[in-house]
Amino acid sequence: MAKQVHVELVAVEKKVWTGEAEMVVARTTEGEIGVLPGHAPLLGQLAEPGQVRIKLSGGEQVAYDVAGGFLSVTAEGVTILAEEAVPATAATH
Amino acid sequence: MPAQVRALRGRIRSAKNMKKITKAMELVATSRIAKAQARLEASRPYAEAITGVLTALSANATIDHPLLTARQQVRRAGVVVVTSDRGLAGGYSSNAIREAESLMERLRRDGKEPVLYVVGRKGVAYYRFRNVAIEASWTGFSEQPAFDDARTIGETLIEAFTRSAEDADATAGPDRVLGLDELHIVYTEFKSLMTQTPVPAIIGPMEIDKQSDGVLPAYEFEPEPEALLDALLPKYINTRIYAALVESSASESAARRRAMKSATDNAEEAIEKYTREMNSARQAGITQEISEIVGGANALAAAGSEV
Repeated sequence: MAKQVHVELVAVEKKVWTGEAEMVVARTTEGEIGVLPGHAPLLGQLAEPGQVRIKLSGGEQVAYDVAGGFLSVTAEGVTILAEEAVPATAATH
Repeated sequence: MPAQVRALRGRIRSAKNMKKITKAMELVATSRIAKAQARLEASRPYAEAITGVLTALSANATIDHPLLTARQQVRRAGVVVVTSDRGLAGGYSSNAIREAESLMERLRRDGKEPVLYVVGRKGVAYYRFRNVAIEASWTGFSEQPAFDDARTIGETLIEAFTRSAEDADATAGPDRVLGLDELHIVYTEFKSLMTQTPVPAIIGPMEIDKQSDGVLPAYEFEPEPEALLDALLPKYINTRIYAALVESSASESAARRRAMKSATDNAEEAIEKYTREMNSARQAGITQEISEIVGGANALAAAGSEV
């Protein structure tokens, strides 16, 4: 099984999603980015409106529509800060 | 039934009604404390994460942001007072107002002009009654604040604060509006169910500990660190305000619960006292009636035997 990265998606009012994932895909103000395990430390501001897709092992994926978001990648994992995060309605893949 | 008994019965009835109301409010407040505490707990991960990000960022960016640098000369200081929308919460609002008053007194002594911002109807009513100028006020959410409320407050404050950066001298800057040089907030800290204390805190300019213990990883930034800082700092201030609002709401419910508990206890005491008084008044009435009857019967008997 591929290496996994620890992902935390936290909104202001609560922790939305946390777990292990294979890849996180998000769009920063500079462009689309995919974060795999072992990614270099990164701080990014997410584009508005943005969608964050978290790819889990087994081909599944969860997606959230994120407003006012930031992405932080450290050695420990990926943290997505959001003012608001709601599950994306078209969360199919 | 003697008049005294009837009056006491009325008093007992009204004390019982009052007890019902205060008891209900006590129960509502109790459940709200738990809810507010859960919200406080739920907002913590975000607050921790954003603090971590800011620390990392400030180590990398050249810090020259109006929200971060202390002003050379502080002329006007914004003071936000968090009070409740409704009364019956013991000394909750008046304690917060008193703390704010002493903070403003301190600011005035330092030659700063306090500018008042009020959250909660009770605070608005207090200052309006005393004809104190309120710069802006927000009401209607003191018991259950949402992040949107904090954001509204934050936007107003940050705008006033960044405006002041261009006020070079004692006169207003190019925009002809006097901004703020410092931001303070007075909220009520939730220490325990029994203790809540109002505390002042500075939310602007912000202090970020630049502790460099442990090597921070070399971050990549998207966009540039300065632009990122620009976007992050207002959010950080909003989270600080949100945390203050939520904590205050927990304190408000706790204060209300305690006030309503003692009101319920008092009502119980009053009911007991009045019931005792009523019983003894009724008993006295009965005793009197009996002695009247006995007296009358004796008199009749005495009169009959003489015949």
